[in-house]
Amino acid sequence: MKRRTLLASAAALSLAAGSAFAQDKVKAGFIYVGPVGDGGWTYEHDQGRKAVEAELGDAVETVYQESVPEGADAERAITQMALSGADIIFTTSFGYMDPTMNVAAKFPDVKFEHATGFKRADNVSVYSARFYEGRAIQGHIAGKMTKTNKVGYIASFPIPEVIRGINSAYLHAKKVNPDVEFSIVWAYTWFDPAKEADAARALIDNGADVILQHTDSTAPQAAAQEAGNVITFGQASDMAEFGPVPRVSSIIDNWAPYYIDRVKAVMDGTWESTDTWDGISTGMVGIGEISSAVPADVKAEALALKDAIAAGEYHPFTGPINKQDGTPWLAEGETASDGDLLGMNFYIEGLTGDVPN
Amino acid sequence: MIHLEKRPQPSQVWTVITPVLAVILTMIVGGMMFAALGKPPLEAIRTIFWDPLFHPQFAGYSRPQLLVKAGPLILIAIGLSVGFRAGIWNIGAEGQYIMGAICGAGASLALYPSDSILLFPMMVIAGALGGWAWSMIPAILKTKFGTNEILVSLMLVYVAESILASVSSGLLRNPDGMGFPGSRNFQQWDAAANKELIANTGMHWGVVFALIAVIAAYVLFARHIRGFQIRLSGEAPRAARFAGVNPNRIVIFCLGTAGALAGLAGLFEVTGPAGQISIDFNSGYGFTAIIVAFLGRLHPVGILLAGLLMALTYIGGELAQLMLGVPGASIQLFQGMLLFFLLATDVFTNYRIRFGQGAA
Repeated sequence: MKRRTLLASAAALSLAAGSAFAQDKVKAGFIYVGPVGDGGWTYEHDQGRKAVEAELGDAVETVYQESVPEGADAERAITQMALSGADIIFTTSFGYMDPTMNVAAKFPDVKFEHATGFKRADNVSVYSARFYEGRAIQGHIAGKMTKTNKVGYIASFPIPEVIRGINSAYLHAKKVNPDVEFSIVWAYTWFDPAKEADAARALIDNGADVILQHTDSTAPQAAAQEAGNVITFGQASDMAEFGPVPRVSSIIDNWAPYYIDRVKAVMDGTWESTDTWDGISTGMVGIGEISSAVPADVKAEALALKDAIAAGEYHPFTGPINKQDGTPWLAEGETASDGDLLGMNFYIEGLTGDVPN
Repeated sequence: MIHLEKRPQPSQVWTVITPVLAVILTMIVGGMMFAALGKPPLEAIRTIFWDPLFHPQFAGYSRPQLLVKAGPLILIAIGLSVGFRAGIWNIGAEGQYIMGAICGAGASLALYPSDSILLFPMMVIAGALGGWAWSMIPAILKTKFGTNEILVSLMLVYVAESILASVSSGLLRNPDGMGFPGSRNFQQWDAAANKELIANTGMHWGVVFALIAVIAAYVLFARHIRGFQIRLSGEAPRAARFAGVNPNRIVIFCLGTAGALAGLAGLFEVTGPAGQISIDFNSGYGFTAIIVAFLGRLHPVGILLAGLLMALTYIGGELAQLMLGVPGASIQLFQGMLLFFLLATDVFTNYRIRFGQGAA
């Protein structure tokens, strides 16, 4: 039975390859976890898709499918996209990892790019951004600006990327304000405006006057605006419409240069399986305009921090850092390895509560 | 003046016509919606209803996928219909589905990496028991304390979702997964995988069980005394009591059946198409199955057809997004219309329209 499946998929493949050669245009497909209008994560990926169209014009055709659930439906969505003759497919959420690997095995001539995962193959690249670099700057501003010394953090899922963000923000808030405390709410969703707003309100009711979010909607911004005297940071997208307060800055995902590069590589036939993890230095992570609500000296420090990270002079995780239980993680002057960061599943010393387990 | 007059008996003709009428009305109004979005309406309707079955490029893949998508919907909806016929409203199939998946998957993961041929049957039993046990909570609360099964079963969905989040990032997490949530992938573990039984047909054990459930439910209602008691409890509870039907037994039986079938659906989904226990592997099948049960008029054969139709709108909807670039939300609207028109036209089963001056 195994062999028959293999033969059948080979047949499907030759069919797909045939249709790909029939057209001169390179077809790039995108699988989104949220709606393109989420104003955050998916919105920025879609901006990247539009940039590919704008840059490469008639030489490229793009297709996308939005709000694809992570699970059995994802595998079908990706397969159908491959069958429709896509030459390169970007699957833009962590939960698409195994489905992407499965489909990629059936379509060896189609290139796949999986965002934020860790499994690769000859035709599967992975890419992600060092969002924790942006979190360091957020943490710095948050630590300086909080008056109640309480920072609320709306986290999505307990995966290393999110935990890394929490640790980085806390580390840099603590550095400038030893009294700061973080309250973390796990929303178990990437995009659910009602849930995110509830989480923000609960945190504000508990005295938080800074709200950080690792979820994709603008609902926490709106909740903070309503409450007043609370500051927030745009997530994934600039969310400038909520400035100058509550939104005082933002982390912007800028996928456009990467997407253009990769689609071009398919056109030129130079595409190779790679592992990309870029940050502020290449512009994959952008820091949104720091608004007038931030005092000039804090703004200057934040920008200096950004420049130091961009230049590679400063690593946000530089020792001495202990784990939450007090065991040493990084010695004085030591910086975290990418391997440690990619698998991070622990809080650093000073954070309260447990990583959901 | 137009007014509605109650029919003495629900109309047999309308019972059959309304689902068809609802589909046609959905096509017309849905087509208007697509036109308003600037997409060619006929092409959109064709992409949703025709292309998954007959498109030269996609049909070879999407036809089997219809079974994959319809299987769990039918299996759960059959279980729900048994209760709905008796007037027992189990809204929590989603929770029973999740718990079935967790119990079945958990039972096998405890034995990893066993390759016994008894492993999969054991998982199937554990899955059914998990769903059954979860449905026994509202059942026992209802029979002992008279609580409302709608509220209890629905709220238990949220409890089950929290348990799912907890086990997928804790107890059942893949030890080789670098700290990411989600269990081992069952597709890569032959003894525990729910594989396609015949290659490229989409036929897996879940679909087989769904078909068995359809036949069993048909026999139950057409031939078996328990089926008669269930219908009687739903249509005339007092008469049922006088006929010696124990209402508590009916509650336990109906909720238990629904829970066990939903649990089975969850187990087959997690070991097959979904592959792993993850925080959101449950794609809302337990809720969609409620629509399927009603679309199928709570009749086993109707549910079979309704499940396939619902699967068609899902897969066709995905194709329409891909081929025509229609927004994802418009597909959900389209599916919502289907239920809306079904309920709207349903009025004619129990009422008829009278023109002119009414007696009232």
